[in-house]
Amino acid sequence: MSRRFVRVALLVALFGASAAAQAQTEIQWWHSMTGALNDRVNEFAKGFNESQKDYKVVPVYKGAYPESMAAAIAAFRAGNAPHILQVFEVGTATMMSAKGAIKPVSDVLREGGFKFDPKAFIGPVSGYYTNRKGEMLSFPFNSSTTVFYYNKDVFEKAGLDPNRAPTTWPEVVQAAAKIKASGASQCAYTTGWPSWVHVENLSAWHNVPIGTRENGMAGLDTRFQINSPLHVRHWNNLKEWSQKGYFTYAGRRNEAEAKFYSGECAMLTSSSAAQANINRNAKFKYAVAMLPYYADVAGAPQNSIIGGASLWVMSGKKPAEYKGVAQFLNFLMDPNRQAQWHQTTGYVPISPAAYEITKKSGFYEKNPGTDVSVRQLMLNPPTANSKGLRFGSFVQIRDIFEEEMENMLAGKQDAKAALDNAVRRGDELLVRFEKSAKE
Amino acid sequence: MEKRVVFRSRWLPYVLLAPQLAVTLIFFFWPAGQALLQSMLQQDPFGINVEFVGFDNFRHLFSDELYLASFRVTAVFSVLVAGFGLTISLLLAVFADRALRGAGLYKTLLIWPYAVAHAVAAVLWLFLFNPTLGIVAHWIKGYGIAWDPLLNGGDALTLVVVAAVWNQISYNFLFFLAGLQSIPKSLIEAAAIDGAGPGRRFWTIVFPLLSPTTFFLLVVNIVYAFFNTFAIIDAATGGGPGQATEILVYKVYKDGFKALDLGSSAAQSVVLMIIVIGLTVMQFKWIERKVQY
Repeated sequence: MSRRFVRVALLVALFGASAAAQAQTEIQWWHSMTGALNDRVNEFAKGFNESQKDYKVVPVYKGAYPESMAAAIAAFRAGNAPHILQVFEVGTATMMSAKGAIKPVSDVLREGGFKFDPKAFIGPVSGYYTNRKGEMLSFPFNSSTTVFYYNKDVFEKAGLDPNRAPTTWPEVVQAAAKIKASGASQCAYTTGWPSWVHVENLSAWHNVPIGTRENGMAGLDTRFQINSPLHVRHWNNLKEWSQKGYFTYAGRRNEAEAKFYSGECAMLTSSSAAQANINRNAKFKYAVAMLPYYADVAGAPQNSIIGGASLWVMSGKKPAEYKGVAQFLNFLMDPNRQAQWHQTTGYVPISPAAYEITKKSGFYEKNPGTDVSVRQLMLNPPTANSKGLRFGSFVQIRDIFEEEMENMLAGKQDAKAALDNAVRRGDELLVRFEKSAKE
Repeated sequence: MEKRVVFRSRWLPYVLLAPQLAVTLIFFFWPAGQALLQSMLQQDPFGINVEFVGFDNFRHLFSDELYLASFRVTAVFSVLVAGFGLTISLLLAVFADRALRGAGLYKTLLIWPYAVAHAVAAVLWLFLFNPTLGIVAHWIKGYGIAWDPLLNGGDALTLVVVAAVWNQISYNFLFFLAGLQSIPKSLIEAAAIDGAGPGRRFWTIVFPLLSPTTFFLLVVNIVYAFFNTFAIIDAATGGGPGQATEILVYKVYKDGFKALDLGSSAAQSVVLMIIVIGLTVMQFKWIERKVQY
């Protein structure tokens, strides 16, 4: 009798517990953050879940950016998309034109009873995710930009001033020549993310358009303009530097970062978010500086553009769930949390408030170079050429740009031909995208 | 005398067939039908705007010179993989077939690579041939040969062919060894008594008797090179540099899952389906006739 009673009591208890769990609305958050970044994401979710009882945010790692996006699309088609999806910046145009699949974050927050002011974010960040009607469609989360890193020890060995970073491309080449001649390091200069650095940011930094219609932000009928004299000049230089052994091509993603922190390459252009990794691995003194530019180009340096990812809210969920999403996004809006995210990850502070908090805390003095990215993003008020870009099929198009660069560096074609091919092949995809997407 | 089983019940044969039919329908005909349907549609990634475009996707594909280039890459790649894979493993099998001390050990070691996952194999070879870290790359450079699979398409193709062949050799080796061991020793001994040397014995007796195995392996290897090498390409080169190692099946993945162009990706998989059907028919109709079983 008593045993039976215990069983029943246990069952009742279990039932009660599961009922309580059901009362809590679950919010699925699919992301692509690995390693230390994954820990930070889990901390956000934990912090939010402990701060209230109605909602439970469940962060799920779904593979690298393209994979999690493909997974979310497949899930959407099957009718079980996550509530929140982290999408990288090059997927922005695809998400924006997916009307019916997404719910603008400005609506989500407003309906959830929160004030939402896009001005709370820094200009280059909010502009990137705002559509032509002025609605902010996604929530900026992790933003970075490209910066220049150099190995101070190698500079010293090569007889260069380790406290003065090269600011222009001609200075970079001079330094590379000296490093190469002195044998101070095996490789002088390398780059991560070739298209992001040597097409997208090259253009913005020199206030030159990447494409018509304000880099695609003013309309879907945009076409590429990256075969301008500046682009040809720079790519031609890359080819020449590669032949002379000043520049070493490392791959299409962040492979170059390992070449830098292992000490193999002395100079690097890559994401500002690489700094955490470099800090952990480099056994030498290094410094961070702004991207090099061509001093004779009028308007350079302008400001650089962002990369990274933002959070998209998917459509077709229950109102109660959207309330929870709104609460969670509002939780992430907190400048202190944003400042902490910036300081622990190397992503840029996405709001002026977070920047101020970090500045006041003395973080930048203790960690020199960590403010380069945000200063570079806010160097000048963004122009039509530098506020961002929005091209459909841009994941594929980046591959095209990089393929053409590889073919050029392999000696199969000159810079002009490479960029003409890049424009022609890129435009074909833009035309195809324009047809399939009706904004 | 012929044995015949007669089913008394009308429905029993269908019930017995049902599981196999269900598997075939669900895992073969249904996806194939979906691919055919999708290849005629143009749609955005989320499937919100879907438009029937007929053969537009195919027309677009075949007017794309890069798609045609991918055909050439695939042809070169599969001929190299099947050719080297079969030759090397046959050679190894012939050597291992002889009564040597420790033959068992050799055989075991030769079978090992098959246990290595494709992606892992690719990464292993990538490390060996990495221009800055790789020990093999270091030797190659020592001989004054420029080596850079990151920029040189030929080098990259060499790298993926080596990895793909290495991974497949064990499988070929096993079949060749079994084939060799089933050849009656009396035939070879008779030829030896008649004064045929080892080379002549191989070409006139062993090789023809091995032809069913060789034929089977040829089919398997070409299918392997066409489809199963995806992981190797993905892990070692990602189709680059340029599009030097972008074989057809990799392009299906890239256009479908990275570029989210489902129409084009589906059209490409339909083309692949036709190629496989064609290859199989061709091999069984033409080549099989010349094979002595």
